[in-house]
Amino acid sequence: MKLALKLAYRNLIGAGLRTWLNVIVLSFSFVVIIWLKGIMSGWDYQAKTDMTNWEIGGGQYWHENYDPLDPFTLLDSHAPIPAALQSEINSGDVVPLLIAQGTIFPEGRMQSVVIKGINPEQTIFRIPTQKLDTSTDAIPAIIGAIMAKNSRLQTGDVVTLRWRDTNGTFDAADIVIVEIFSSNVPAIEQSQLYIALDKLQEMMILADEVTTLTFRESKESRPEIDGWTLKTKSMLTRQVDEMIKTKSAGQTILFVILLLLAMLAIFDTQVLSIFRRQKEIGTYIALGYTRQQVVGLFTVEGTMHAVLAAIVSMVYGMPFLIWQAKVGWTMPIDASEFGMAIAQTLYPVYSLGLVVSTVVVVTLTTAVVSYLPARKIAKMNPTEALRGKLQ
Amino acid sequence: MENQSIITIENLVKRFPMGKDSFTALKNINLKFGTGEFTGLIGPSGSGKTTLLNILGSLDVPTEGKAYVLGKSIGSLTTKEAAHLRKESLGFIFQSYNLLQVHTVFENVEFPLLLLKYAKSVRHKMVMDALEWVGLTEKVHSKPPQLSGGECQRVAIARAMVKKPSLVLADEPTANLDAANSHHILKTMETLNRELNTTFIFATHDEKVISYLRRKIYLLDGRVDKDEIIRINQNERS
Ligand SMILES: Nc1ncnc2c1ncn2[C@@H]1O[C@H](COP(=O)(O)OP(=O)(O)OP(=O)(O)O)[C@@H](O)[C@H]1O
Ligand SMILES: [Mg+2]
Repeated sequence: MKLALKLAYRNLIGAGLRTWLNVIVLSFSFVVIIWLKGIMSGWDYQAKTDMTNWEIGGGQYWHENYDPLDPFTLLDSHAPIPAALQSEINSGDVVPLLIAQGTIFPEGRMQSVVIKGINPEQTIFRIPTQKLDTSTDAIPAIIGAIMAKNSRLQTGDVVTLRWRDTNGTFDAADIVIVEIFSSNVPAIEQSQLYIALDKLQEMMILADEVTTLTFRESKESRPEIDGWTLKTKSMLTRQVDEMIKTKSAGQTILFVILLLLAMLAIFDTQVLSIFRRQKEIGTYIALGYTRQQVVGLFTVEGTMHAVLAAIVSMVYGMPFLIWQAKVGWTMPIDASEFGMAIAQTLYPVYSLGLVVSTVVVVTLTTAVVSYLPARKIAKMNPTEALRGKLQ
Repeated sequence: MENQSIITIENLVKRFPMGKDSFTALKNINLKFGTGEFTGLIGPSGSGKTTLLNILGSLDVPTEGKAYVLGKSIGSLTTKEAAHLRKESLGFIFQSYNLLQVHTVFENVEFPLLLLKYAKSVRHKMVMDALEWVGLTEKVHSKPPQLSGGECQRVAIARAMVKKPSLVLADEPTANLDAANSHHILKTMETLNRELNTTFIFATHDEKVISYLRRKIYLLDGRVDKDEIIRINQNERS
């Protein structure tokens, strides 16, 4: 094996330009695959971090009737804060939210919104709720940038909010936009209005009642609470996993095409060199190699393209990949269109496992593609190989 | 010196398939070669010289009859055993040198020793010795494309001789060489034959080679036509 490696290396380097062309094509596959996969894991990481910071914390308890996809459930999905969580709420490790439906009338238009009552002092979410702690005539409210854009609202704008309290009575009041925040999480921005929790409880005549309770991220698992559904972080981020899975499937096609091109080049080189180097093959056999050993030598030679490619990839790929991780990759399309927690600029994250598995998969594929044409050598007649007359 | 038999050929027939028929390249050959012979198979083109050398080199097998080389029956060796025989005991010299083009002179000559798994220091000494025999020590780091035809053939000889094989098979080793180079190479081989008692079997129709032979086996149409043993004094000729 050591001898085969040595010979293969000499033969490859001796082949010059052809070898380097193959190596460059292969190394290109390495870098693109690692980069795209890195973007995917960066995306996964960013989406989950943003969701944690803005939307779900370390997980949530939902009132058993609450279904965010069905606004009509909001009427019945509230209950007093469970006693078991009260101390954590006091210490700020659990943030309760009351969620209700309402309508605003910006510039005379009518727009339905989800009103979220939230404690202005909370620290689990990055939403700048402390701004709700202002005393004004109108009710202080904050909204996200997407909502601001869609409703053409600006800080300082006053609009009328209408809602129906728990007894079914309609009521209305003015709200003032005290802050517009920007997150990468469209779900918490689109048609969402944040006001102080006690204010919303008062408006709804639902003293002390809440819809969801978000707990801070921690390693400990949370107990079930009667009347509340425990939504762990992994349940709440499943959507991201699915999105990544779909996107990855699309990428796989690209990888296959890239690899196919590289493998075609290797295959072609192998077929050609087996044809052109018949005399050399005959010589190896005459000097005491078995045909199987020559097959091994040519397989090692082909596979070594991948090894050289890995080295070349390091030379130009590493700086590129590191630079990408620093500056990120800005998507050419508007990220908010995705309706998911996607930043406009994605920062690739590369794991050792990603790099190793890419190198292993590409190298193994190269080995197979090198071996297939080399098998022909095992059937060669050495005397004819020496004469170089095989077709 | 030439008493022990190294090769025994009995009723050897070699046929090549030719479409539906077959072509008989060797017809009922019976020969014995002793250790230390310096023998040539002489004959016109197509007489079967290369075919016979290939069988003796275990690169091909007899269709009928037997060929024993160093006690091994060529027809019944597995490919592994045949490779082992070539690796341990045989040296080939080809008409077209067949050097590994991307390897240096040193590496080309070293190759058979790598197969035999000699230690590095031992290999180095043996390669340098072999290059000394053929007078190429200055070209160790050159590659075949940088060498003349004569130099290439000398590398090929060094490669065949470096492991001191029992038997060297040389197929038209001088075909691409001028007279001066041919004589130089033949003298080298003669010396090695004398000093190491290596058996040399040539296939040739080159008069220069023939003049060095101590036994001439004439092949004609796949048959042994004549088998002459010449006893000349080495010093007489030159
Ligand atoms: N693989 C083969 N298939 C068919 N016929 C073959 C094969 N090898 C050799 N022959 C035939 O056998 C005969 C002897 O060939 P061989 O190569 O032994 O001749 P040679 O004496 O070495 O001739 P030359 O001096 O031209 O090298 C030739 O007629 C050749 O055409
Ligand atoms: Mg011939």
